[in-house]
Amino acid sequence: MNYSLFLRGVLTVARKDMRIYYRKAPVYIFGLLMPTFLFFAFFIGRDLDPAKYFPGFLAMTLFFTSSSVGPIIVPWEKQAGTFERLLSMPVTVTSIILGDMLAGAIFGLLISVIVGVVGIVLLGLSVTNVVLLAVLFVLGNACFAAMGELLSSTGGRVPSNVMMLSSLVRFPLIFISGVFISLSDMTGLGLVAAHFSPLSYLVDGIGASMDQNTVFNWGVDILSLLVFTVLFVFASGRVLRRSLMKGL
Amino acid sequence: MDAIKADGLTKKYGGILAVDDVSFDVPEGEFFGLLGPNGAGKTTTVRMLNGIVDPDAGSISIMGIDMVKRPLQAKSKIGCIPETGNVYQDLSARENLDLVGRFHGLARIDRESRSEELLTSLGLADRGDDYVRTYSKGMRQRVSVACAMIHRPSILLLDEPTEGLDVHSRRVITDLVKKTNAEGSTIVLTTHNIEEANKLCQRVCIINKGRIAAIEAPENLRRAFERVQTVEVAFDRKVDIASLVTGHVSKAEAAGDKWRLSTDDPDEAIKHITRVAERERLKIISLSTVGPSLEDVFVMLTEGHA
Repeated sequence: MNYSLFLRGVLTVARKDMRIYYRKAPVYIFGLLMPTFLFFAFFIGRDLDPAKYFPGFLAMTLFFTSSSVGPIIVPWEKQAGTFERLLSMPVTVTSIILGDMLAGAIFGLLISVIVGVVGIVLLGLSVTNVVLLAVLFVLGNACFAAMGELLSSTGGRVPSNVMMLSSLVRFPLIFISGVFISLSDMTGLGLVAAHFSPLSYLVDGIGASMDQNTVFNWGVDILSLLVFTVLFVFASGRVLRRSLMKGL
Repeated sequence: MDAIKADGLTKKYGGILAVDDVSFDVPEGEFFGLLGPNGAGKTTTVRMLNGIVDPDAGSISIMGIDMVKRPLQAKSKIGCIPETGNVYQDLSARENLDLVGRFHGLARIDRESRSEELLTSLGLADRGDDYVRTYSKGMRQRVSVACAMIHRPSILLLDEPTEGLDVHSRRVITDLVKKTNAEGSTIVLTTHNIEEANKLCQRVCIINKGRIAAIEAPENLRRAFERVQTVEVAFDRKVDIASLVTGHVSKAEAAGDKWRLSTDDPDEAIKHITRVAERERLKIISLSTVGPSLEDVFVMLTEGHA
């Protein structure tokens, strides 16, 4: 493997995605509007402690934004007839996946940092472990961008169908991951299900960085997000290789 | 050195054998044509050559580099117009060229100068900053050709580059490809346009049902099939077709105001025509013998008449 050629491929794919797909409407509808509406639907008219729910809201924003770019890229490229040309460039399937993932993660990172800083300042919250929060931001964005890429790899060539599939996966996750019901209040099957959601570990970790009640240890949160990221990247590669020629 | 060495290429999709044990070599600097009917396996062969799909069996060497083992290095030697090789419509022509230049590791100054050179050659310099979505089909295809050539590749793989284009765009693209070949690049052209292949290619490979039916220079292919010749004759009035068919004339068919007779012995066929003309008091307006065209050869090979 020639690593400089490989890295050049990853960075150029990411650059291309940022140049083209950051401007697409579905990214903003599913990445920004959706979590905002969900937040208002949950909070308006209810006497809830915003500080308690902020880690969940921040994690949800990060989750939606970082996983909103990935799902549209491959189907969009297949539909536009540009995917075959991309494959003929000096890139591999892995470099395409990592490039798409990088573009999704950077988008998620930009938005979640803005939301995080504004929220912390407005609500007067204190972050007791800034390094942990920064690590969780990077890892969380990488993890959910990889999840978006996995959804994108399934072989469809109609972006709206893939966005529908991604909503089908993403919505149930926010209800079992301590966003609207904090993890410490969850019991029974709900708590068992929360263990299988990568979002739970992000919510828990962000809570830990703000000195709130947590269910897992922050080390477990980081390790779990890492494991989920590797699993998503690996699965994306497998799925995309199998569905590469579908819809060309 | 061979620019391309394909050995025993085989590819299955599900239970369908798309390419079956295809082998050929293309020497450096050659203009090589891939011909075949729809579904013959041409596009799958080209996709294997440019590293888009891996063969199930066989090997591909690009300028001495194994495509399966070292795909990044091998792909760097290739410029490609894939079958569905659209350029990004949300970018301008210059941005598309810049992007492809980045994929190939060109420095900024080289990307800019080469883009300018190609856009000028292809008559797009004054529209280079407009979004590609505002272009006509011919202009988009010219951008696609420019993208394939930005890094001065050793090998150009062109899958139907002039399909459905107007005469002007076709000519601009063909001239640039010919110039690139004259400068030393190896060209592999996949086309349905047999006349185009006949004019451009030094050798053609005819693929049918996933297998190679023939690889030869167009002229040699025609000569190999000269046992089947055609005599074209025009009379001053209508004749009964049955009277023209004889032992040496296997087939007679109308071709506009002429009759086209397929024969293995043109001398006997012409003598028969003159006898018929005398007997029926017909006036011969024109009479000529025609060797098989590349299209005739293609049809014979792909329809199993060879």
